[in-house]
Amino acid sequence: MRTDLVQILNTVMDRRAAIAVGGAAIAGAATAAAAGLDALNPFASTESREASRIEWQQYFQANYRVMTEEEKQESLARLERFHELRNGTRIEVSGAEPRANVLFGYAFNVSKCRGYMDCVRACIRENNQDRKSGMAYIRIHEHKKGDFDFEKADDNFFHEVPAAGHFYLGTQCFHCQNPPCVDVCPVKATWMEPDGIVVVDYNWCIGCRYCMAACPYDARRFNWAEPEVPQDELSPNQHYLGNRLRSKGVVEKCTFCIQRSREGKSPACVEACPTGARIFGNLLDPNSEIRWVLANKKVFRLKEDLGTDPKFWYFMD
Amino acid sequence: MALLTALMCAGAFAYSVQLDRGLAATGMHDHVSWGFYISNFAFLVGVAAAAVILVMPTYILHDVDFKQAVLIGEAVAVSAVLMAIAFVVVDVGGPARLWHALPVIGLLNFPRSLLAWDILVLNGYLALNFAIPLYLLYSRYCGRTPDKKKYVPFVLLSIAWAVSLHLVTAFLFAGLPARPYWNSSLLGPRFLATAFTAGPALIILILLGIRRFTEFPVSENTIQKLAMVVTVAAQVCCVMTTSEIFTETYRTTHHSHSAKYLFFGLHGYNRLVPWIWTSIGLLFAATATLSIHRLRRHPAMLAACCLALFGAVEIEKGMGTIIPGFIPEPWGKIHEYAPTWVEFVVGAGIAAMGAFVFTVLAKVAIAVELGYMSQRVEPEAALSTIDAR
Repeated sequence: MRTDLVQILNTVMDRRAAIAVGGAAIAGAATAAAAGLDALNPFASTESREASRIEWQQYFQANYRVMTEEEKQESLARLERFHELRNGTRIEVSGAEPRANVLFGYAFNVSKCRGYMDCVRACIRENNQDRKSGMAYIRIHEHKKGDFDFEKADDNFFHEVPAAGHFYLGTQCFHCQNPPCVDVCPVKATWMEPDGIVVVDYNWCIGCRYCMAACPYDARRFNWAEPEVPQDELSPNQHYLGNRLRSKGVVEKCTFCIQRSREGKSPACVEACPTGARIFGNLLDPNSEIRWVLANKKVFRLKEDLGTDPKFWYFMD
Repeated sequence: MALLTALMCAGAFAYSVQLDRGLAATGMHDHVSWGFYISNFAFLVGVAAAAVILVMPTYILHDVDFKQAVLIGEAVAVSAVLMAIAFVVVDVGGPARLWHALPVIGLLNFPRSLLAWDILVLNGYLALNFAIPLYLLYSRYCGRTPDKKKYVPFVLLSIAWAVSLHLVTAFLFAGLPARPYWNSSLLGPRFLATAFTAGPALIILILLGIRRFTEFPVSENTIQKLAMVVTVAAQVCCVMTTSEIFTETYRTTHHSHSAKYLFFGLHGYNRLVPWIWTSIGLLFAATATLSIHRLRRHPAMLAACCLALFGAVEIEKGMGTIIPGFIPEPWGKIHEYAPTWVEFVVGAGIAAMGAFVFTVLAKVAIAVELGYMSQRVEPEAALSTIDAR
């Protein structure tokens, strides 16, 4: 009991000023206090006290980018422990850092895509996206041959593919090298990592959705309600900046499957694509497949006039 | 006041529903990710900024006609800013995390993010408009003459601040190339023109009410000068509206699709069309009426026109500016938006909160100005007060 109290007070000490300032902090303090009180409640079970203490500590944790190495490890351990307390299953949350001399890029072969949507399904599953609202990072657009106008394309088709006289094209986060979404975030909750991946700290995002208004590619998704992922479909290998479970009221997006790509694997969509339309790799490696595509195919990008410099190219055979 | 309290309670209840269910309780979705709340925010920032129209002539040009109205104008500014801040707070997904934007303990993305700018200018404007009248009224209450050196610099600051406040709010939207409907250099000036229409229109309505129901003297001259401001600003709004409609419709491009959706409907979707034409109709009719001197000087006509202009701008800011920016979405699909009861009731609660704050501020200001409220003073000081008058 006493150690509980001491731990809680120690955690809060350096950021205690937060509670004292402003109306926003009052609302926050109420949330935190509820968690804190539960942590002190002698009648609550040990597990529920521990879970409440983790919530309390998470509430006061810093932005991931300014955390010390030790604080990062603590926050990763908290996520794993919290999941175990709530669901009784083990997950692994990695904080794998970007590797040196790596800049990720992506290429999409318009000739090969046939609209099978395996990429979409794999993405939803790999990234633990909310099943209830039907969230998906990837959109597949079905265009009539001879018409590249997205407005006339169908992104919500339910028929046998490939449909005669049509071609298919997928959009997702293009991980712009000059991302407008990062500029507009009022609290620096989203940023571009050194390996080129645009990420979100789901614990720091305040849910203002300015980034969604700023994105010209419809890459970002908001958790309008508490997301639901069935336990038996959960991807247990997670990354702090990637597919770990989100809560309601925060923004999320494609991270080039950061939990996979930083381990040297391809994103789930690339692996799932049955036609080989998706190509992913290191733009700084002259021998990578993506570099071969850029050197040998006539590539183009979408909405280049906006100056966002996407790291996502399209090409045809 | 009891009615306002009841409305605030209803708003608090609706907000608790939203906190529990998440923003899914609103009509917003991934395609129209800002709606009723942010629309009202943009509108109210304009109302607040327009208080400057009363401050400038009073303090800089020493225009006595405006002097009587200035405290009321500042009370309007304070309550409008409070409402604007409240609309942002109810719009965010994690209100408990708003401390992330506080200095030192948070991490404000200043100066890159325009929202960070807006957080700073809103709070600064609130402080200025609260502090200046407080100082003036307290001096009056104590029977002292306010020291000009102490407050005039802040008055000057507040004037510049008001203009930049609304410009920054416009830049919040105009700075997004992703939304071609907003990404226009007309947006900032248009925000100012509509603000200087709706803000003083509201103040005229309030002053007419005060003149009728209290002893506080509001001269016809004050009202007429304000009416002139409203008229000119409304005329500018008409010019800008016409200019926008021409540019967007003469040669239609993909970038005009939002405007096409707004004014005429697109691919059979036309939810906003009746609203925008109501707004434009009210704007042009009221502007034409006010432009005729005889009609403008008629109190009932003036009140009706002010009400019409206030409504026209409210519709134009919300349904005519914020929402069509999101329709069609970046890949051209149309997903319409309609607010839910939760949004309306939360909005009504915030409006009641604003009216409540305004009533308290205005009552105190009027009481002090009329001399009903003052510190018990020594006879000598009392004499000097009378002399000063």
